[in-house]
Amino acid sequence: MTELNLLKIPSENEYLNCIRCGLCLAVCPTYREYLDETASPRGRVALARKGLEGELELSSNLIEQMYACFACMACNDACPVGIHPADLAIEMRFVQEQIKPAAWKEKLFGGLIGRPAKMELATLPLRIYEAIGLRKLVYALAIRRLFSSQLRDMEAMLPHQPTRPLRQVLPLETKAVGETRYRVGFFLGCAQSLMFSEESAATVRVLARNGCTIITPKETVCCGMPAAGYGRQDLVEKHAKQNIALFEKVDVDTIITDCATCGSKLKEYGEILAHVPDWAERSAAFSTKVQDISQFLMSIPLEKPTGRIDARVTYHDPCHLKRAQGIWKEPRNLLKMIAGLEFIEMPESDWCCGSAGSQLITHYETSTRVMDRKVENIRSTRAEIVSSGCPGCQMQIASGIRRNNLAIEVVHPVQLLDRAYHNLEGDEWKKD
Amino acid sequence: MEKRLIAEFSEIVTTKGVLYSPEELAVYSYDGTFEEHRPDLVILPQSTEQVQKVVKIAARERIPVVTRGMASGLTAASVPFNGGIALSMTRMNKILEIDTNNAIAHVEAGVITADLQAAVEKQNLFYPPDPSSIRHSTIGGNIACNAGGPRCLKYGVTGDYVLGLTAVLADGQVIKTGGKVIKDVVGYDLTALLTGSEGTLAIITEALLRLIAKPKYQRTALVEFRDLNDAAQTVNQILAAGIVPATLELIDQTAISCIEAAMHLGLPLDMEAVLLIECDGSDLETVQREIDQIEVICQSCGADKVSIAKDENERTQLWKARRSVSPALARMSPNKLGEDITVPREAIPEAIRRLKKLSSEMDLPIVIFGHAGDGNLHPNILFDKRDPQQWARVEQTVAAEFQIALDLGGTLSGEHGVGILKRPYIQNALGKVSIDLQKGIKKTFDPLNILNPGKIFPDD
Ligand SMILES: Cc1cc2nc3c(=O)[nH]c(=O)nc-3n(C[C@H](O)[C@H](O)[C@H](O)COP(=O)(O)OP(=O)(O)OC[C@H]3O[C@@H](n4cnc5c(N)ncnc54)[C@H](O)[C@@H]3O)c2cc1C
Ligand code: SF4
Ligand code: SF4
Repeated sequence: MTELNLLKIPSENEYLNCIRCGLCLAVCPTYREYLDETASPRGRVALARKGLEGELELSSNLIEQMYACFACMACNDACPVGIHPADLAIEMRFVQEQIKPAAWKEKLFGGLIGRPAKMELATLPLRIYEAIGLRKLVYALAIRRLFSSQLRDMEAMLPHQPTRPLRQVLPLETKAVGETRYRVGFFLGCAQSLMFSEESAATVRVLARNGCTIITPKETVCCGMPAAGYGRQDLVEKHAKQNIALFEKVDVDTIITDCATCGSKLKEYGEILAHVPDWAERSAAFSTKVQDISQFLMSIPLEKPTGRIDARVTYHDPCHLKRAQGIWKEPRNLLKMIAGLEFIEMPESDWCCGSAGSQLITHYETSTRVMDRKVENIRSTRAEIVSSGCPGCQMQIASGIRRNNLAIEVVHPVQLLDRAYHNLEGDEWKKD
Repeated sequence: MEKRLIAEFSEIVTTKGVLYSPEELAVYSYDGTFEEHRPDLVILPQSTEQVQKVVKIAARERIPVVTRGMASGLTAASVPFNGGIALSMTRMNKILEIDTNNAIAHVEAGVITADLQAAVEKQNLFYPPDPSSIRHSTIGGNIACNAGGPRCLKYGVTGDYVLGLTAVLADGQVIKTGGKVIKDVVGYDLTALLTGSEGTLAIITEALLRLIAKPKYQRTALVEFRDLNDAAQTVNQILAAGIVPATLELIDQTAISCIEAAMHLGLPLDMEAVLLIECDGSDLETVQREIDQIEVICQSCGADKVSIAKDENERTQLWKARRSVSPALARMSPNKLGEDITVPREAIPEAIRRLKKLSSEMDLPIVIFGHAGDGNLHPNILFDKRDPQQWARVEQTVAAEFQIALDLGGTLSGEHGVGILKRPYIQNALGKVSIDLQKGIKKTFDPLNILNPGKIFPDD
């Protein structure tokens, strides 16, 4: 195992003290589906340790157990000893990439996701599919029934595609409605710009209405989460530096994101670059400015919406918001401000939805099993709307809802707030 | 394992139920201890019938079968030291029936105990046994170890709730013991014999469990003591006053600081011990009166402070804290070795005094917590296994801990069982007559010695 000496590998402190108590098994979504130790956090820690210590080969099967992890971090929270199995699984993916780099990852995460303009081009077919009404046609003719079930579930995951990415539409500066009380930066995430542009448009409207002048730098690159998930921690550092440098050029005290995943990664930059000369302070300064939209809105004197939305709503905690950022009260309080909304807490609201980025594509069976558990919990509340501030969760839950033939709307909390403001102005919100 | 056998087993439990990659074998090599040994094959059955077929082949081929629940065991009882089959019961996790008329649950052995509790509580019933590992151990494992927990003081241990079992014997025959009756004196009590048998006599596949009405009210107190001895005395004073709280847990200073480091609950760090006391019942007034009386007794015994949990949330936090004590100790040192000696309860203060003395003599920290109310203490030795000198002292200390228990009229283990770790001490505790008789029982059940071989009894 001498070659491992050359690599950046997890330190033994990260696994040595695992006493194998099994506490983490209780909270792990993959374990609870398969009831097999191989799919458990304790098992992943043991495999990482045995792989790093040379007792086992770093085989593709061993690394696969790391990819089968949803990175939901429930185990990190549960472990009384302070072991972070979720982090270890991600680091093991990086170990593998250092030994045997996969070329397609360089292309995808270095070449495509790292460059917004290219991403927009690559997703153009999707927007055309939507724009020319092909999607409706596909539904009408029930062509989806001809797809394999995986393709069908994946198709159902896609939100309505915007005609143009929000990045091309949003101005660099959006002026506050009335007097400017806060100057804030907005980190427009890839998924938000490309697929959930209506949501981020709502975010900007809500901010402006509450006295914010919003600066949206257009050259931001991916936050780095997908690259991290696929074991390219090196690219995460690269993305981080680009984004930090970009925001250093704009004069803002707060950097807002309405994507739970981006937020959790951006807040981590300080830690990721802490050991990199010249970047430690800059990254720390950046990360302390980052706030999730719900966190920010609940920290300012927010205009109370007087418009109503008459519906039952429930809320799903994105792992990247609750566990990664400790934010779970704020979005609930935000929803509770809206007149007419009847808030119902679902069972296991912080149990992973099974998205984990691209798990529906890479680990279809596990992902749908976890998804069905989530949908069952949502169904039990008899809610008409399920709200969650993470594009990954939203896509996953939307797909699960269709798969189970339910009619429940999936929206970002900020969108509901935006609607409530509009309803006040007599601009009746209609459910589509 | 030979290909033809793997194929044969796959036919019984499908290919998804048979695991044999090096990675899979590696993660079925351990339990909640630091012992490990790989099995040659892992099988995850889904019915009694499948278990039966698997055992028949194993008997034919003389392959050891080591039954495994969630491997939270603390004695390496489910570690397959002789290789063979690790038979994981986790996928037999159906709750077959909750019979509300008779207050009985019929479950498969792999049900996670907390899942069963949640299911019966929805029907306003109650399954009291509550090992701290309720969320990560199985009913089968609890029965096979006769697990206890904080609530045992008032409600008894797992065995007190087992009315009947379905089990597969070493030759593949199925036996049903007991039934849905509360009283049963026909023949030997095989249910009781299988309870606590650690997978050495039979493989438990289903159980009939007695339920009781769910106590409606709880009052939980956290009592702080400057002096550990006072805390120990208080336990006896409360019980002597004729009050039987549901739980009476003792946690010493080191343990408190470990929990605090893990959970940040604002527990007192300058106290030598705390008692966690809970009263429950279906009559609010009685429960309140009991906790009030307890408060008075505690104060007269030198308690520094008594705080009563204000709401369900505070109560849940306290219990979460209590459950995390044992694992949280791992924060303090690279290794820990916890025992669960039990003494008659009036001997608790003396046991604690002797353990403290032992700790200073051996120059090894011993953390003490446990179910003080029923005399069951968990002294945990903290050490670093990489230091060979320390390790030698640890082994001596463990032996001395057991001796303390025996000298005070107690026993080696109140709940965790013998497994492999307490094997060397069992002869001293039980004597030759008893051991020989028990070995005879094992031979009758398992003449080929294929069911969890090498556990409990020292080799001949
Ligand atoms: C943090 C922590 C706290 C704990 N707290 C307590 C506590 O408060 N009280 C307590 O009593 N114990 C406690 N334990 C010990 C342990 O959880 C119990 O012994 C539990 O009953 C083991 O259940 P399991 O499903 O994990 O069984 P395993 O560890 O998998 O197996 C234990 C033994 O049972 C046998 N077995 C398992 N299933 C079956 C079956 N279906 N048929 C036949 N034999 C079977 C195995 O062969 C083995 O001998 C704790 C452990 C930990 C790690
Ligand atoms: S990771 Fe933590 S919770 Fe899981 S088995 Fe290890 S010590 Fe226990
Ligand atoms: S991160 Fe989630 S899926 Fe991965 S091991 Fe931990 S609990 Fe399981």
